[in-house]
Amino acid sequence: MIKKFLYLEWKSFIRSASFSSNLALKILLGFLAVLYAFLLLMLGIGAFYGIKEMNLDPLHEVNTYLIYYFLIDLAIRLLLQKIPVMNIRPLLALPFKRHTIVNFSLGKTVLSVFNILHIFFFLPFTIVLLIEGYDIMNVIFWHLAMISLVYTNNFLNIILTNKDNIFAFFIGIVLIIAGLHYYHFFNITTYTAVFFDGLFHTKGLFLIPVFFLISLYYYTFNYLKNNLYLDAGLSPKHEIATTENLTWLNQFGTLGTFLKNDIKLIKRNKRSRTTVLMSFVFLFYGLLFFNSNSHQPEMMRILAGIFVSGGFMFTFGQFVPSWDSSYYQLMMSQNISYKNYLSSKWWLVVIATFISTILASFYLFYGWQVYLTIVVGAIYNIGVNSHLVLLSGAYTKTPIDLTMSKGAFGDKKAFNSSTMLITLPKLVLPILLYWLGTFLLNPNLGLVFVAVAGILGFALRDKVFTKIEKIYKTEKYKTIAAYKQKS
Amino acid sequence: MIQVRNLSKTYNGTTVLKIDALEIPKGQSFGLVGNNGAGKTTFFSLLLDLIQPSTGNIMNNEVQVNNSENWKPFTSSFLDESFLIGYLTAEEYFYFIGDLRNQNKSDVDALLAKHEEFFNGEILKNKKYLRDLSKGNQKKVGIIATLIGNPEVIVLDEPFANLDPTTVSRLKKIIKNLSENPKVTILVSSHDLQHTVEVCNRIVALNNGVVVKDIQTSKETLQELETFFAV
Repeated sequence: MIKKFLYLEWKSFIRSASFSSNLALKILLGFLAVLYAFLLLMLGIGAFYGIKEMNLDPLHEVNTYLIYYFLIDLAIRLLLQKIPVMNIRPLLALPFKRHTIVNFSLGKTVLSVFNILHIFFFLPFTIVLLIEGYDIMNVIFWHLAMISLVYTNNFLNIILTNKDNIFAFFIGIVLIIAGLHYYHFFNITTYTAVFFDGLFHTKGLFLIPVFFLISLYYYTFNYLKNNLYLDAGLSPKHEIATTENLTWLNQFGTLGTFLKNDIKLIKRNKRSRTTVLMSFVFLFYGLLFFNSNSHQPEMMRILAGIFVSGGFMFTFGQFVPSWDSSYYQLMMSQNISYKNYLSSKWWLVVIATFISTILASFYLFYGWQVYLTIVVGAIYNIGVNSHLVLLSGAYTKTPIDLTMSKGAFGDKKAFNSSTMLITLPKLVLPILLYWLGTFLLNPNLGLVFVAVAGILGFALRDKVFTKIEKIYKTEKYKTIAAYKQKS
Repeated sequence: MIQVRNLSKTYNGTTVLKIDALEIPKGQSFGLVGNNGAGKTTFFSLLLDLIQPSTGNIMNNEVQVNNSENWKPFTSSFLDESFLIGYLTAEEYFYFIGDLRNQNKSDVDALLAKHEEFFNGEILKNKKYLRDLSKGNQKKVGIIATLIGNPEVIVLDEPFANLDPTTVSRLKKIIKNLSENPKVTILVSSHDLQHTVEVCNRIVALNNGVVVKDIQTSKETLQELETFFAV
């Protein structure tokens, strides 16, 4: 029976709509995964000797910070790790035993990259411990406990995934604990380190996480099994809808009509909501660069300027027009001209960039020069990048499934790691311009160059728009066809 | 109103639609019948410029649809659920379409009031997003939305499918009323011969992408079609 499942899995993998088109992307992501695995491996080996050099007990130090390690891991999982989506509905009426279906979907999560990566840290660290003469039994028990905790997180992720905003909750907890720790109000590690140390020193204590993991597995198993009904875990969730008229947007005419729609799109779909929340994170990106004790090269500052104001553009704008993919045929046959449609999207991006720039005014704290960099970044974003985003949109043919109406087994994770990758080309040109100005005279000339590029782009807006419109028109049929096949 | 010339659509060497000439005069209620894969939806998609013709073209009120967008203001259509915006409530969707078709809120409200019976109390003020409605109710929303803004050409693909018997008879009444308006050309496709014969004054039957029957509806039409399709 497992063989049948594996067969289905394989078919769904090789026949998924995104497989062929995104193969290059998948290879790139695979490469990144290997890179991280390598880094963790180095960390696993290096951590021991690094800490030892500071005359500290490596194991104790690691144990101290494990609480953060696992909390952050859980937060990352909640954001990124996808629950295996098996096409369960058609299986229910077939002669499969319910517990086989559940066991298989749970078994699939065990092999997830999110678990394997940790082994790259814990295994070498454990081996180094053994080489360095730590007690064999203790080390092995400790290792077992760690693996159990990794998998505990795995199953916690499954149970918690249906709760909205749980990710923010965990990030909040980490921030609060870390803040209290940093300012010496309350140090949680003094309590947790005792436990983690105990896993090593106290015989039999390791059984606690192991038993916890086993009971959690049973809990998850029962939870999923009991929800394996069309009107329970597999049922679509219905929200209570309220009609909003947003009449204040009427004054903007056609643009207002689209803006109204986009606001509702963002508010009412989990995927877009998360994306927009992510764009707020970009606002704080500059802190990495402008902090006085950061060691970033000078020309990367313009990058920060662009990121700070362009968060929305890079996360949300990147996927125009895919956000409308589920009703693209309507957009194409309704009384909407392409020009109107595109310019409404352009305005959306521009307004968001504008708001970000205003929100970023707290950077004035770091001085005028810094805020000027951000404003110049915003000018470039509005003048050049906004067009680039629309342009790449013409070739974006991945439909976005907005619906979150899937139950416990549904895939509800909204964040897409490819977002970041597509972004890169839009950053190279301003860096070059900025570098050129800095090289010729000083950073201010660099800023002038970037700003001029932005203003030029803005001045040529109508021409660029006509070009983009043409490209959209030639790509129209392909786009419609691609959006029709649901991912 | 609509002229079709040398139209064909070919996918990988297979011709799925081939109509050499077809003329739909203004004010006609035009029924398109045929089996699955006969090319009904393909024809409508071509008419709405959602797919590209392999040869030929369609003129909609003197506008060649794949060259200009000027047919959009007077044409409205509902082919399937992908014409609905799932995260809107029914009211919001109607107002959105109304905005696009230059109708203000009270125009839309008046139209909705007129069709309250059709909604059967399941659509408006329902506290549900369109994505959470049943297929039949989604269809009701889509069909009424095509009536917003006094369109001159209305395209409905399979409007009778998924509807309950009461709604079907109400829909027939709506289409018949529309067809009495000499300014409105209405195109309906269906598997259901009887419904189509009842509401349309001209029936074209497609088979494997080719027009095999083109008849002005009379008492014998249903019989004739049934004989044709009963192979």
